[in-house]
Amino acid sequence: MRSKTLKVDYLTRVEGEGGLVIRVKEGQAPEVRLKIFEPPRFFEALLRGRNYTEAPDITARICGICPVAYQMCAVHAMESAFGFRVEGQLRALRRLIYLGEWIESHALHIFLLHAPDFLDYEDAVRMAKDHPAVVERGLRLKKVGNEVVAAVGGREIHPVNVRVGGFYKAPQKRDLARLIEKLEWAREAAFETVRWTAGLSFPDFERDYTFVALRHPKEYPLNEGRLISNRGLDIPAEEYDEHFVEEHVPYSNALHSMLRNGSEYCVGPVARYSLNFDRLSPSAQEAARAAGLAPVCRNPFKSIVVRSVELVHACDEALRIIAAYEEPERPTMEVQPRPATGYACTEAPRGVLYHRYAVDRDGVITDAKIVPPTAQNQKAIESDLREFVLKYANLPEDELLWRCEQAVRNYDPCISCATHIMKPRIVRD
Amino acid sequence: MAGNGSEIPENRILVIGIGNTYRSDDAVGLIAARRIEEKGLPGVKVLRESGEGAILMDLWKDADAVIIFDTFQAGAEPGSIHRFEAGAQPMPEDYFHYSTHLFGVAEAVELARVLGQLPPRLIVYGINAKELAPGSNLSPEVEKAVPEVVERAVREINAFRTAKRPH
Repeated sequence: MRSKTLKVDYLTRVEGEGGLVIRVKEGQAPEVRLKIFEPPRFFEALLRGRNYTEAPDITARICGICPVAYQMCAVHAMESAFGFRVEGQLRALRRLIYLGEWIESHALHIFLLHAPDFLDYEDAVRMAKDHPAVVERGLRLKKVGNEVVAAVGGREIHPVNVRVGGFYKAPQKRDLARLIEKLEWAREAAFETVRWTAGLSFPDFERDYTFVALRHPKEYPLNEGRLISNRGLDIPAEEYDEHFVEEHVPYSNALHSMLRNGSEYCVGPVARYSLNFDRLSPSAQEAARAAGLAPVCRNPFKSIVVRSVELVHACDEALRIIAAYEEPERPTMEVQPRPATGYACTEAPRGVLYHRYAVDRDGVITDAKIVPPTAQNQKAIESDLREFVLKYANLPEDELLWRCEQAVRNYDPCISCATHIMKPRIVRD
Repeated sequence: MAGNGSEIPENRILVIGIGNTYRSDDAVGLIAARRIEEKGLPGVKVLRESGEGAILMDLWKDADAVIIFDTFQAGAEPGSIHRFEAGAQPMPEDYFHYSTHLFGVAEAVELARVLGQLPPRLIVYGINAKELAPGSNLSPEVEKAVPEVVERAVREINAFRTAKRPH
């Protein structure tokens, strides 16, 4: 085989803009560079000097797809700094709004961004011409997620109701009851989605990942739990910085995360699922089994099935929360700032999101650190591509490029989250 | 958040500003929408959104006429205004590549067209950005475009009204 360079200058269908360069040389391991732009320092700098109360709403602006994740991480980190926990119905409402975001984000990715790769359409618009019912199901599922977020958060994008201590206003019971019928439809549609995605064809490709996700004693993880791996990691969020480091690589302005020993790891639905299969709702577990998805998934292309299983779980769990909902006496707990550092990891749709804030005695933020899931997955994405290209080097170039883009989209990379900027830059060799 | 005018029954003209407050010129759509909102035009609902396409499709589904302000980045003059009548013509290919959103305005328009969900009138005003780096100020060139695009949108809204209610 002669030397060649594959380049995808714009990675379409990922949030923000990124580029991908793969250099293939005979007898050598392919060189893969996923280029994304600008580290998240702008938001970290913007937060310094602001009041702790502003963190949820400022960080929610980092991403148009996962604002709730940022809000949840911000409030939990602040609450850990101030030494209290939100319990009862307020805790349940936080789970509910997060599940709404999972439904929105997963439905968008499965139907509009990832499915076209499997069905050989350039994009969802072209796919919709031949499969309008499928696309409509995806849009309707996504809308149910929007409605859950809006019912708790006050609006669909950048919810305005989340605050440190709880919410500005608790939803009424009837506001949530209106969601029941829609979520029941969504649960059925999610089952159908598991069956449908499981029937797609997947490249024969597995890797032995270090999976990292939260693990909760009883629940499929969202806002709480210890950070664990399949290689023995088991730490609270407070110890994140002792175990994970960020490295600046010359070809990308985003920071690459790795374990302190230099090894890559993988966060996101596949890691979450593989470390928490036993915490999924019984029907989600059943849906996975029926679809032939093993409790540990090492084929990243099957992430589309895993997301579908998580959709079933999210609908189940949302329905359970709504059925048990009683309006809390007060929408928020009293918050007393104190000088301290707070930490939180939560499970964003794309995986572990880490926030750390130092706050002074007036509640002013003196330091902030934000590590989004996509920054943590960059090394794993590059390794997937290296191995994939090695294995499938003989595919026609167009086909190989297509599959490489698909391999990146396995991670639903939110490049805006990792980079907070979307200006494309063409790299010429 | 819902804009003003929700008490007016003929609230079927929708103005949507799209962008991100913290990405310099990407905020221009939001700012233009706020200027329209401040005018308090009866029967006009104003929304400010991040530009996620599936939500846009849902918002405009029942509207008679929609005006969208979005950031456009096509290498044209910073602050130049580009108007697309989405009901009448496909969104230009450039728009797909240079939109600042993942499943954004152009994708939403084209998907809605395929699924038969386009409102009768849908006009997109793209304002060409200069700077999209993190930041909270508009470039002077882009700021200068705001009054003009707002004025053009107001004329457009008045024309919708005349067309809707012939005497």
